[in-house]
Amino acid sequence: MFDLTGKGALVTGASGGIGAAIAKALHGNGATVALSGRKVAALEALAAELGGERVHVVPGELSDSAQVEALAETAEAALGAVDILVNNAGLTRDMLFMRLSDEMWEEVISVNLNGTFRLTRAITKGMMRRRYGRVVTITSVVGTMGNAGQANYAASKAALVGMSKSLAQEIATRNVTVNCVAPGFIQTAMTDVLNDKIKEATLAKIPANRFGKAEDVAAAVAFLASGEAGYITGQTLHVNGGMAMI
Amino acid sequence: MSDIAERVKKIVVEHLGVEEEKVVETASFIDDLGADSLDQVELVMAFEEEFGVEIPDSAAEKILTVKDAIDFIKENVA
Repeated sequence: MFDLTGKGALVTGASGGIGAAIAKALHGNGATVALSGRKVAALEALAAELGGERVHVVPGELSDSAQVEALAETAEAALGAVDILVNNAGLTRDMLFMRLSDEMWEEVISVNLNGTFRLTRAITKGMMRRRYGRVVTITSVVGTMGNAGQANYAASKAALVGMSKSLAQEIATRNVTVNCVAPGFIQTAMTDVLNDKIKEATLAKIPANRFGKAEDVAAAVAFLASGEAGYITGQTLHVNGGMAMI
Repeated sequence: MSDIAERVKKIVVEHLGVEEEKVVETASFIDDLGADSLDQVELVMAFEEEFGVEIPDSAAEKILTVKDAIDFIKENVA
């Protein structure tokens, strides 16, 4: 079950905690992985850890449209075909709404939404032609629930859900599925910066009584990326220990 | 130049899975050959790839028949 032998997977934001876990899970299931991100040293380190021939490093900056086009081409060349695209790259610029600057708004939308749109457009062309593809986009529980201080991030993640559902409808007949995985509170560098008070208050709302691990998210991605998940499209799989039941 | 027409027809046959006899120059992709809007987009992509030509959206909208495609490519391929 969920064997990915012979499949090529492009994972963006692979230098981050969740991205690295996703890359490891897909690689572990047999896929050849292309690791993308901004931190080249971290990508190289992950590639060395995975080892062997089924791993490629393809750095790229998602806020730069020319780089996104180039990334799509580089990944296709490295993998032969991108059968699985995991849109994991994303950043936060948290601030209360009243003090949210245009720059903070635009930076988040530019990477999380615009970059993901452009990369997905470039990659799904080949998927359509080959009549096979799995697109999995990492969103967030806050895209559904909202979160004080994260209007920009929540907006970008909610937008990705709408984008994914629309694309899913357009290309379902081509055997390309488009789904989202929405993590709740996962222990990563992105959440380590939050203060203990916020962490405690969040934990109180999680029935599982623990924060999520990057591997919890990766397992959901590995499932949706598999051949077996071919009849699931336009969906969001929430991985949050029960903190939101949607 | 007839080579272009043959190559266009071949792409249409392969992409839409229709019989070669049906792919006459007056045939409309949607009305006669059973294409949907996504098929049209894919055909345009396939023409772009085959002939190394860029077909802008404004031109793609006007490519409704096999002849439209052949004419556009004849005019735009050096």
